[in-house]
Amino acid sequence: MTSGTTDPCATCPMHARLEQMGIRMNDYDRVVALAGNPNTGKSTLFNALTGLKQHTGNWPGKTVTRAEGGYQFNGVKYKLVDLPGTYSLLSTSQDEEVARDFLLFGQPDCTIVVTDATALERNLNLVLQVLEITDKVVVAVNLIDEARRKGIEVDTRTLSRDLGVPAVPIVARSGEGIITLLSTVADVIEGRIATHPLRVKGTPAFQKAVQELAPLIERLAPGIPNARWLAIRLLEGDARVQRAIRSGELADIVAQQRTVEDRQSSTIAVMGRQ
Amino acid sequence: MTTADDVLTKAEALRNSLPSSFRDEMVQSLYTEAERIAHRAVKTSSNRTYDLDQRIDRLVTAPVTGLLVMLLLLTVVIWMTVSGANVFSDMLFTVLFGFGDWARARFVEWGVPWWITGFIWDGVYRSLAWVVAVMFPPMAIFFPAFTLLEDLGYLPRVAFNLDWLFKKAGAHGKQSLTMMMGFGCNAAGVIATRVIDSPRERLIAILTNNFVPCNGRFPTLIMLATVFVAAGFGGVMASFIAAGAVVTVVLIGVAFTFAMSWILSKTVLKGEASAFTLELPPYRRPNVLRILYTSLIDRTIFVLWRAMLTAAPAGAVIWLLANIPFGNASLAIAIAQWLDGFGRLLGLDGAILLAYIIAIPANEIVVPTMMMIYTNAGMMVEAPADESAIRALLVDQQGWTLLTAINLMLFSLLHNPCATTIITIFKETGSYKWAAMSVIITLGTAFLVTFLTASVVRLAGLIPA
Repeated sequence: MTSGTTDPCATCPMHARLEQMGIRMNDYDRVVALAGNPNTGKSTLFNALTGLKQHTGNWPGKTVTRAEGGYQFNGVKYKLVDLPGTYSLLSTSQDEEVARDFLLFGQPDCTIVVTDATALERNLNLVLQVLEITDKVVVAVNLIDEARRKGIEVDTRTLSRDLGVPAVPIVARSGEGIITLLSTVADVIEGRIATHPLRVKGTPAFQKAVQELAPLIERLAPGIPNARWLAIRLLEGDARVQRAIRSGELADIVAQQRTVEDRQSSTIAVMGRQ
Repeated sequence: MTTADDVLTKAEALRNSLPSSFRDEMVQSLYTEAERIAHRAVKTSSNRTYDLDQRIDRLVTAPVTGLLVMLLLLTVVIWMTVSGANVFSDMLFTVLFGFGDWARARFVEWGVPWWITGFIWDGVYRSLAWVVAVMFPPMAIFFPAFTLLEDLGYLPRVAFNLDWLFKKAGAHGKQSLTMMMGFGCNAAGVIATRVIDSPRERLIAILTNNFVPCNGRFPTLIMLATVFVAAGFGGVMASFIAAGAVVTVVLIGVAFTFAMSWILSKTVLKGEASAFTLELPPYRRPNVLRILYTSLIDRTIFVLWRAMLTAAPAGAVIWLLANIPFGNASLAIAIAQWLDGFGRLLGLDGAILLAYIIAIPANEIVVPTMMMIYTNAGMMVEAPADESAIRALLVDQQGWTLLTAINLMLFSLLHNPCATTIITIFKETGSYKWAAMSVIITLGTAFLVTFLTASVVRLAGLIPA
């Protein structure tokens, strides 16, 4: 190693620095979304990272809207967006719509999907759906302490390999694994870790249909992210995506999502102060 | 140039070219894939499969034992609330009314006109103090107990157990939780409907929540059951009959909840019961500080504040009605007499109806207001503590019968929500229409049911009335 490269020690867990920034997130560098099933410790992780006191509870559906907070890690400022806990992104409940709209149009730099190690199979349904929408994903396997107590071992290396995105074991309550999680997130954002997300293929006929439709959407709204996902939704007859297409305002939605984001930041900021 | 129509037409065509089951197949393959990956990544030691959680769940979510556990827990919580609250209420009464009496005496000493002293201390303050003294203790017991069950992870299991029943009524399984919350306070029950995602089912839960008697109505129900329904029985038998009567009233309330939910889901709130995923979270050790914070600050103080906001003006109105002379009695008595005909038709009387109208801020002050009208007092007074004294006042002087007592229990169960709850319904739905609906539905039911029972009893000549 030559002396001209950056100090390798700066990124190793021992020296990594996490600074909770609460609601101060005016000039953030990166946006990270926090998704996950309800009751997986998502809000606990959010609070641990931001130092905010977002209401958490052992009860599905605590996060009604998106909460936002900031943290600084190794000198980079991140804005963390806590999405409502959902089991899927397929149906039309309000929570799921908020979550999927943000993943789709908010274009976070990275998405952490928090999963419950004691119920991984059920949680993976959501992980796979998130992978359909975005490439930059890190799976946080939370509650591994509880899983160990129950005699459940999660092999995160196999999991990473199968999903094509990094999986990091953590215990959000005690902070175990959080530094590794954050440096993995940074690595994914900066491209130091390349992701190859697993995409559920479906039947050949379906694949062909998606391949035919997606380019059309890209032509209609140049620069639209996730054309493939939009194509799948259209094939399913998703009324909301149809509306967005018909009004010809796909690009506007991208812009609108940004403003909503700004407006909500101030609302949550007030709530956070209580 | 690609247009939106091109995309949509193309999508339509492609969709039609795919087999109709492709969406299910998609979801299915998603689940299969998740199962496959989880299987590869997760190793479970086989001897620990039936851990404690699962053993508890087998007991708690089984059809018969699950129901028994739920009824047992609910009974314990309500019993703790009703009996424990008495002690604290008495203490609060002593403190708050002691201060009221002292301040009133100062006003008299300073020569403040009697009507100012009366308006402030016998009207506004008395109503405020009364509401705080009777509402705060039960809420401070019920809400932490309820939040404890929530934090433990028990409540989602209740929703799971009862979902099949609610589905039949076109409603949501989580409505069972909002109903349980309603036993503590209907306003809190209405707020709790936020856990229901579907707007249609949430409205059903809001509009029917009042059919569950809140703990402001329990003392009234217990008093009536003890003094009237169980009157002819002695000793232990009497308390069993009284308890049975209260439970019957609660069950009638639950029956009306289901009936009304069904009617609403077939008429104004038409629709199928939504499918929902209900996670049964692992049982976790409750966080005591958070329980106290959530239940006392978010729930108790919040509801109490709204109740106080309505209690103050109501106290003023109650005092004015009792002290403005009309003919040779007060305005309150005149109005009670004017309402008497309609009241009798329902098996009640004018004083009862008037008490329900002016004591709208909280169910807790209905009986004191009724007693005020009966005894022609200038302010709200407590019912006599002694059973025979109550009977002497209500039966001998006011001509109450068993029908009056039973219909009052029914009316107390079915009548309109208190002002606090109405305000909460308005805030939660954001609509005057639904707030009004909640009053119309309940009041209509109360009038109809009491009218029917009164008519049947009279036609059958069971009770001279």
